Amino acid sequence: MTALETAVDMRTALGAAPIPSPVLTASGCSAFGRELEPFVDLTAIGAVVTKSVQLRPRSGRPTPRMAETPSGMLNSIGLQGPGIDGLLADELPWLAERGIRSFVSIAGTRVEDFAELAERLRGVPGVLGLEVNISCPNVESRGEVFACDPGAASDVVSAVRAAADPAHPVYAKLSPDVTDIVSVARAVAAAGADGLSMINTLLGLVIDPDTMRPVLGGVTGGLSGPAIRPVALRCVWQVHAALPDVPILGMGGIRTGLDALQFVLAGASAVSVGTAVFNDPSAPARIHAELAAALAERGFASLADAVGHAHRPNA
Amino acid sequence: MSGSLTTPAPRAAQPPVQRVVEVVGRRPVNAYVELSLAAPEIAERAVPGQFVAFAIGGPASALLLRRSIAISGTRDGVVTVVVAPHGPGSTWLAGLQVGERVDVVGPLGRPFPMPEPGVPALLVGGGYGAAALVGLAARLRDGGSAVAAVTGAASADRLCSVDELSALAEPVAVTTDDGSAGRPGRVTVAVEELIADAGVVYACGPMAMLRAVADAATAVGVPSYVAVEESMACGIGVCMTCVLPVVGEDGRTRFARSCTEGPVFGGDRVRFADVGTLPADVVGADAMGVVQS
Repeated sequence: MTALETAVDMRTALGAAPIPSPVLTASGCSAFGRELEPFVDLTAIGAVVTKSVQLRPRSGRPTPRMAETPSGMLNSIGLQGPGIDGLLADELPWLAERGIRSFVSIAGTRVEDFAELAERLRGVPGVLGLEVNISCPNVESRGEVFACDPGAASDVVSAVRAAADPAHPVYAKLSPDVTDIVSVARAVAAAGADGLSMINTLLGLVIDPDTMRPVLGGVTGGLSGPAIRPVALRCVWQVHAALPDVPILGMGGIRTGLDALQFVLAGASAVSVGTAVFNDPSAPARIHAELAAALAERGFASLADAVGHAHRPNA
Repeated sequence: MSGSLTTPAPRAAQPPVQRVVEVVGRRPVNAYVELSLAAPEIAERAVPGQFVAFAIGGPASALLLRRSIAISGTRDGVVTVVVAPHGPGSTWLAGLQVGERVDVVGPLGRPFPMPEPGVPALLVGGGYGAAALVGLAARLRDGGSAVAAVTGAASADRLCSVDELSALAEPVAVTTDDGSAGRPGRVTVAVEELIADAGVVYACGPMAMLRAVADAATAVGVPSYVAVEESMACGIGVCMTCVLPVVGEDGRTRFARSCTEGPVFGGDRVRFADVGTLPADVVGADAMGVVQS
């Protein structure tokens, strides 16, 4: 098994930034990485994708914040976090001192918020690039989510690309709650996105049959976990088919190496492991090993050879 | 915070581990099931107040979220927990048989802070929460403290760890809501009588009970530490679902994670009345669109 694993070249990249492993954490599912240190060698995974940061500290929403659902969960955290000052003062230095790559998720409610965050992150040690969480309400468009409007999504991405460190790849994180994800992908790629993170959670609802009211304090919440994997895989497949040159960071219910392999075959050049970490805190390292073994068993010399393989006609 | 009776519980000295461990004992105890697990690395690290988090149903289970349960004992490499079956996850756990294996992470969370040697302590357990106090009672005794205990439950079959606590504490008062064992009524009827002799109070149980005990202690100027039972998705501090409004040393209230900043909090620091709400003075509430009054 070990010989098989080491035989496959697992190196990949986020845009132009090389990483030694295609397995990353997922934003919002591993906080800022510290809590996973007892369970995973964080220097060996592709990167820690940090919880979405905004300009100001946020308390997040009242509890209850989660509900278990079949093969998944619904969450309504409300982006609790320290704000950009706290991230820069405490969290990113902790990661950088240990040689852990960070891929920083940024969020806001105005285009200028995103641009300011990208600006603040220029040249910060250890930061590999930015993931732009556009599944946030746009205060200038009566709360419509940026990711659901190709125009608004493009405005955010072009502003971030202009403000960000030129060495930082900018990935736009797309929502599946749209009629045509390819048109959003096309728009943000044209606006300068170096890659696409797919997918964010799906909006869901759980009602408590005893209280006969919604379970979550925030009423609706984001559905994640293996329950959404086929939706995520379909999105990656459709976008890779339409835009084969745009790199994809695939995510949505990945729990095993074979799950990750499906995303790679559909067109993802790297994957994020999110909700599975709640179930198994060592999942990122385990999934890397399982994916390497799965690629070797199928005769791939490198991860890169397998990216998009499912789209190619049988030889 | 000036006037506060407690300082926040410090972090545990040792990090947790994740292990697949064998069930080596299973014992029904009233309405509960006590499981014993061969987990030497967790047993040697655990300190009273800490908990473990179980994965449910194996690697392909549709129940993804971990179940966090207080450690009730550690001896000779064996960790014991008391499982209260209610939903599908805890029912699966309670059905584990000797020889079966389960994925467990621990020890997690912050231990109960110890008082100065010899300070008399009152321990208050509600339902299966009493199990989390057994190791604490032994540790307090070792430190020269006189230990009194109150255990309460809705009914006799929901009581827990009465025998274990009776071997370590004197007196041990038992209360039940329906009067089916001990004195009828809530734990507070016994707490009110015993608190005068206590220099510190520890409690574990349902939130309403913790609130009543913490209020009773604070009212007479006695520090209290409560171990909360919030539902947690991960138990290790990454999911941010198990938060409570807790007053920090700087006097400001934050949404604190019950797993990594608790489960043990100063009883006078938890804003019990505000659990489940977003008070306007919580740090960062202003960024959520809450109007500051």
